[in-house]
Amino acid sequence: MTRYFTKDHEWISVEGDVATVGITDYAQNALGDITFVEVPEAGKALSKGDTAAVVDSVKAASDVYAPVGGEVLEGNPALEEAPELVNTAPDGEGWLWRQSVADAAELGDLMDEAAYAAYIAEL
Amino acid sequence: MNAPNASGWKPEMGPAGSALPTTASGDKGLQLEEALIFELGQAGTYGVDLPEPEAAPVAGLSKFLRKAAPALPGLSEPEVVRHYTRLSRQNYAIDLGPFPLGSCTMKHNPRLNEKMARLAGFADIHPLQPKQSVAGAFEAIAELSDWLITLTGMAAVALSPKAGAHGELCGLLCIRAAIEAKGEDRPVVLVPESAHGTNPATAAFAGFRVESIPANADGRVDFDALVSRLGPDVAGVMITNPNTCGLFERDMKRISDAVHAVGGYVYCDGANFNAIVGKVRPGDLGVDAMHINLHKTFSTPHGGGGPGSGPVVLSAALAPFAPLPFVQRDDAGVAHLIEEEDAAAQGHAQSFGRMAAFHGQMGMFTRALAYILSHGNDGLRQVAEDAVLNANYILRSLEDVLDAPFAAAGPCMHEALFSDNGLAEGFTTLDVAKGLIDEGFHPMTVYFPLVVHGAMLVEPTETESKAGTDRLIASMRALAERAKAGDVTLKSAPHYTPRRRVDETLAARKPKLVWKD
Amino acid sequence: MRYLPLTAADRSAMLERIGAAHIDELFADVPADALQAGPIAGLAPHASEMAVERHMTKLAARNLSAGAAPFFLGAGAYRHHIPASVDHLIQRGEFLTAYTPYQPEIAQGTLQVLFEFQTQVARLFGTDIANASMYDGSTACWEAIAMAGRVTKRNKVLLSGGLHPHYVATAETMARFTGDVLEARLPVLSAEADDAELIAGVDGETSAVVVQYPDILGRVPDLAAIAEAAHAKGALLIAVVTEPVALGLLEAPGVLGADIVVGEGQSLGVGLNFGGPYLGLFGCREKFVRQMPGRLCGETVDADGRRSFVLTLSTREQHIRREKATSNICTNAGLCALAFSIHMSLLGGEGLAQLAAVNHGRAQAVAAALSALPGVTLLNNAYFNEFTVLLPSDARQAVRALADRGVLGGVALGRLYPQASQLHAGLLVTASECTSDEDIAALVAALKEVL
Repeated sequence: MTRYFTKDHEWISVEGDVATVGITDYAQNALGDITFVEVPEAGKALSKGDTAAVVDSVKAASDVYAPVGGEVLEGNPALEEAPELVNTAPDGEGWLWRQSVADAAELGDLMDEAAYAAYIAEL
Repeated sequence: MNAPNASGWKPEMGPAGSALPTTASGDKGLQLEEALIFELGQAGTYGVDLPEPEAAPVAGLSKFLRKAAPALPGLSEPEVVRHYTRLSRQNYAIDLGPFPLGSCTMKHNPRLNEKMARLAGFADIHPLQPKQSVAGAFEAIAELSDWLITLTGMAAVALSPKAGAHGELCGLLCIRAAIEAKGEDRPVVLVPESAHGTNPATAAFAGFRVESIPANADGRVDFDALVSRLGPDVAGVMITNPNTCGLFERDMKRISDAVHAVGGYVYCDGANFNAIVGKVRPGDLGVDAMHINLHKTFSTPHGGGGPGSGPVVLSAALAPFAPLPFVQRDDAGVAHLIEEEDAAAQGHAQSFGRMAAFHGQMGMFTRALAYILSHGNDGLRQVAEDAVLNANYILRSLEDVLDAPFAAAGPCMHEALFSDNGLAEGFTTLDVAKGLIDEGFHPMTVYFPLVVHGAMLVEPTETESKAGTDRLIASMRALAERAKAGDVTLKSAPHYTPRRRVDETLAARKPKLVWKD
Repeated sequence: MRYLPLTAADRSAMLERIGAAHIDELFADVPADALQAGPIAGLAPHASEMAVERHMTKLAARNLSAGAAPFFLGAGAYRHHIPASVDHLIQRGEFLTAYTPYQPEIAQGTLQVLFEFQTQVARLFGTDIANASMYDGSTACWEAIAMAGRVTKRNKVLLSGGLHPHYVATAETMARFTGDVLEARLPVLSAEADDAELIAGVDGETSAVVVQYPDILGRVPDLAAIAEAAHAKGALLIAVVTEPVALGLLEAPGVLGADIVVGEGQSLGVGLNFGGPYLGLFGCREKFVRQMPGRLCGETVDADGRRSFVLTLSTREQHIRREKATSNICTNAGLCALAFSIHMSLLGGEGLAQLAAVNHGRAQAVAAALSALPGVTLLNNAYFNEFTVLLPSDARQAVRALADRGVLGGVALGRLYPQASQLHAGLLVTASECTSDEDIAALVAALKEVL
């Protein structure tokens, strides 16, 4: 399983045909207490860069973009009752949605873990 | 005159350092807690005496009758008066002290305005009364229109918008109607990044695509960036002038000329008109549409969040598209209401339609008219000058202790802008704002405009005395020193309020919007 | 000038601190040719309180106020007796001169009022939740239509012919720019509302059906039947209440299946004011909360764990979401909501029910008196405090002739529907607890003269 990162602080983890997407610890830290997450519905077609989810904190609503194109398989149902999972486990239980990967080549445009660590160190 | 307490009598103070007692009621002297009306009221109590109904419902109504009265508590008049009076004491208000909320223009609300709006001839007339029975109402609206047109140097005014954002929408819809009338397709509206959030929201609602224009280093619209984006797809620009950094857009006329040259229109957000009223006419700067918040510049009360009123002044190019209804004088100077049945006959067939029921916020018109008549042309000019003077006085009295990003470049208009630059690590604009509450003031506007980090926007208005402004300055200096020194007590401010910092995360995660028994 | 505290000496001292020789230096950024050299021409100089009062009183005296005449107008704005304590309380400076309660520590008064208001509206409407008010009924109605589109992701909307024509016009203006497709129709002068047409018209593309209750002609539509038909097709029912006092007598729309209930709250506490300011009421199902427009106040706790109130879910609003906001509205009608809430607290549920019964009784008395006149026909089978009568000719002429006789006799349908001549015989007549037997006698006598 390989994990890739975007400059907008999404992560995407690909296992077989299924990719899981969330926001990074850096992003949840910057947003503060998450109060609500609007996840995409299954079946929604995404192109790379489309707004797929919205993460609300008390003072901000932030769009989360699709790191690669594909079709949404499911939104994380746990977030409806427990949006704070994005704060407490952004890399794990606080994932936002699962999708297919239409074009694996798009993953090549993303950063790996080391590159992302270097990227946020510069911010 | 005798010296007070010449005998030197002192009350018994109790042992030094003893803790303050708790109270059985939860109240603390004049700090009064108040339950919800649903916890106070009871069945069988009422505060209005009513006659007995004279007849049973008509037969046709039988299937629609409700089974039981609405589940709402009844209270007697003394209970109601006490409930709301006790609640009122948990509010800060202009009547209690300075309210330096930037871009909100919290000036004194003259009580004459309240008295005039309550004259039965204004307050107790129905919007659909026969026109012959409300000639004085049309005349009052026409007089307000005359003043607004003259003060802004524009061609016409649409009075029906209900608030500032509604006025923005009115202006944008006029622009859209004008473009459609020319058979053009211009999908883009340019909005500077320093704009108030309503601007992009409004443009999007009017069906435009919003593109952001950057600010330059001195806090104004980047003229070159704006001009380079102009083209046949641009419907217009929305510019706030004076802008949200409290600065006059020096290039306004050049911007207008450039926008007009490519066939676009200029919308000016008039939220900050107070700084220039009686001194500058936006029409002279090439503006095509501008809303005027009567609750800001023209002193109608904010009322805890409305009602507002947002008349829109229009250039000759946009006037034909103004929404219905409006009041217009005939050649003899008599004011008439133009609504759907008269629009075509009066040459207003191009009106984009209606924005709300009836004719606008009459109760705000009468207040604003009373205010304008009170000030007159000389007084309004003095309003702008004193508002700008008070703001610059604050800017120059605090720039040595708070970072003022644009202070070196020159004067500000009606509001002074500071940033959180220089506060101790971990101390924020929010801490300064909450500290100001403990000092007995309403905080300034915080974290707006977005173009300045940790923005603090201070607008004293012209109705603050020098002594009042000096007290505000002294408190802000003290807070700036504490925030720079890392005084941790500031992090838990306010301490002396009916409530301390509230848990907004809890409120948003598990919304509880109604009381349940 | 009495509202300006600075003296000449203050101004000099302040300019000195600033380092400016003259006030004009502070306006240096204004291009010289745009700066007015002196006071703007064409306007009068400042005036004393007495002079302003004299002028305004003269203007007001040229209007015939409702309380000074037999008065029978409604059509979305209603005259009710407002208890004296309402106006007294809303003029307390702590309410009148406060800002939007963005600083909860020093605004618990306004916030608790809004929380109580939301609860009152929700209970009156029979909805789960309600917001902290909107501009007025017409704009609240449009916001409901827009919200239904966000919820259903459809854009076709059926408007009942009984919906107030100003509300229809407001929605049509907005829909032109948002792409919503509105199917509006004119009312028909029949005893029954257009329930059957709406039920037949709703289909799988319909986002919402919008029904006024009671409708513009005073008729009472069968909301339960319309709700059932709408829900069967996945559409929402939006009920519009322009006279909330009616809900003291009629079943709450939310109980009958309406998904969104909006209305005009002016009837309670606010007064006629020639059309504004009024207040929009907005209630809906709890599951739509994140799609709702307007401000919301929620309960929470403070740092000491005490019950507190705060504006919440503000990420839906324009100042956060900018072009992605649910609405561009940033004002509610705070002071009008306060007036509504105080009046409602004085009435209570039982008082409102009694007030409604009294209104309905007075309307029956007026309807009986008018129906007895030759040439006058009562249209409605059912009505609350407002009904339609048909006159032998255009009712606008009758209304003007009545006004000449000092009687404000109703709203002619020709005023509301100038283009629809088939409606022009209709006269909308409204009664309330303010309507006296003498008023009714005066109307009857004057109408006899003019018909």
